[in-house]
Amino acid sequence: MISAYLEFIRIRFLMMLAYRVNYYSGIIIYAINIGAYYFMWKAIYGEAETLAGFTVIQMTTYVAVSWMARAFYFNNLDREISNDIRDGSVAVQMTRPYSYLMVKMMQGFGEGLFRLLLFMVPGMVIVTLIFPVTLPTDPVRWIIFFVMIWFSFLINSQLNILTGLFAFFVENNEGLMRMKRVTVDLLSGVVVPIAFFPEWARIVLQWLPFQAITYLPGSVFTGRLNGAETWNALLVQVVWFAVLILPILAMWRAARQRLFVQGG
Amino acid sequence: MLAIDVRQLRKQFNVQKNREGLKGAMLDLFKREHTQVTAVKDISFQIPQGEICGYIGENGAGKSTTIKMLTGILVPTSGHIEVNGYVPFRDREKFVQGIGVVFGQRSQLWWDIGVIESFRLLRKVYRVSEDDFKRRLDELVETLTLGELLNRPVRKLSLGQRMRCELAAALLHNPSILFLDEPTIGLDVVVKTEIREFLKRLNREHGTTILLTTHDLQDIEALCSRVIMLDDGRIIYDGGLEELKARWGKGREVQFQFNDPIAIERLAFLTGGLDVRWSKENELTAKVWIPLEINVSDVLSRVVGTTDISDIKIFETSTEEIVREIYRTGSAETAADRIADPVRDEEAPTAQAEAVRS
Repeated sequence: MISAYLEFIRIRFLMMLAYRVNYYSGIIIYAINIGAYYFMWKAIYGEAETLAGFTVIQMTTYVAVSWMARAFYFNNLDREISNDIRDGSVAVQMTRPYSYLMVKMMQGFGEGLFRLLLFMVPGMVIVTLIFPVTLPTDPVRWIIFFVMIWFSFLINSQLNILTGLFAFFVENNEGLMRMKRVTVDLLSGVVVPIAFFPEWARIVLQWLPFQAITYLPGSVFTGRLNGAETWNALLVQVVWFAVLILPILAMWRAARQRLFVQGG
Repeated sequence: MLAIDVRQLRKQFNVQKNREGLKGAMLDLFKREHTQVTAVKDISFQIPQGEICGYIGENGAGKSTTIKMLTGILVPTSGHIEVNGYVPFRDREKFVQGIGVVFGQRSQLWWDIGVIESFRLLRKVYRVSEDDFKRRLDELVETLTLGELLNRPVRKLSLGQRMRCELAAALLHNPSILFLDEPTIGLDVVVKTEIREFLKRLNREHGTTILLTTHDLQDIEALCSRVIMLDDGRIIYDGGLEELKARWGKGREVQFQFNDPIAIERLAFLTGGLDVRWSKENELTAKVWIPLEINVSDVLSRVVGTTDISDIKIFETSTEEIVREIYRTGSAETAADRIADPVRDEEAPTAQAEAVRS
């Protein structure tokens, strides 16, 4: 069975490779985003040495790293699942001896892997050449970072699956998907690091899963979190991953009971 | 051994009701009303291994819902269901290993990759060994003439080519039961015939049990020894195709083409005393329905001598007409059967319900 799941990763990887124009335009979009944020933050900093505990260099690195991490964890599983449900092709998936959600997860991973290798790595090289970015030298930090963005991928995909599965219960979950996308970008710390939020918002966000997607791995990588805090951040991710399994299972079960395959 | 065993199977759906107008829409925003729709109403049937069974009914009669419960996609509301020794929805992942499913209206192949890539992926999904896969694929490529299609991406196939590939994809793991939901929909006559031949051969050589839904009664005539007919969620006929024909095809139809306009009353008068039914097609054409007990020649002799006729055609009742007639009356039980055959107790409530309806 595992070989079948691996096959799904491979095929999605190859499919991504087949759509080359998407790939090139993706690199440009990410470069523009990173550039825009870099200049924006430079203007915000002005003469200031640090803001909310970030030096300019830390901030630049944070922006670059969080966008690169986003390249890996980002996927359209919510849209794919919702489309499968709405056009009824989820029915075909149910006649196969595999777990539908696992297959989706694997496809998302194939996509993430593609972006990691052909997007993030070359992108990071370019970014370090253009902008003043300092990467950690400690190999342990690198390893922890990769473990953490793996969990970023898992948690983000779980949120996507939850959003996508809503299509079983509502006629149109387009609005929900858009809301989720904006929420994740804003509250996970891609747009603004969570340290910049007001005190009360930070407290609220500590109890939400979004910070585990970008802010925590970004903070570890840029050296804002050290020692025990690093492990704490990783623990938060693991806990969220485990916790989010429950609503997914509950929703999947409820969906199967009341599944109404569209189109007869 | 039974391939499919279904008893008192029922499926209900909650369907959202959309209230009318702006006010209704506002109300819907806060509190939705639901109506309960029963798509399948306590049906029972058994299909032994190796049978080809046709499952027919009008749109919305509950065919697809039944197929979806049999294949483990839908969870039944109540009733007993066992396919291949499994309860489909409960042991879904293990159960689907032994069945093949083709939905005529949706593809199970991956759109963007080559056909052979899809097949290889399915080999891994169904855990078919490399040797078995090769043997099976060679056989399917030969019988379905897939040779030059294998390396094309699915989106570049014509509907007929795609359907042949779909069939192959559903059979790579050598399932003992094949479910086909409208397999010939939208196909041209040549491809339809090819697919029917293929299915017959599959059934003969591998003993595969086949359950198919279709709107094309020629599929049924070419393939099925048995028909289950569904109307409004209930089984209204379950039995052999020949039996259905014998029971309903109790007459012939003769079409007369007259040279001069003729009133239907006059025709009825001519055949007075004979239990025949006249119907008028247009000014110059009329049809008469003649039950088996009456000789066609009796009717002809009465009409031919006194009117000026340009053409006569005689029709045997086709399956299509029989089915249309059954739908029209809403029951496959003829009046005589209801008295003669009270043993079929599970159909008694059906007949009653139909009586209430009409």
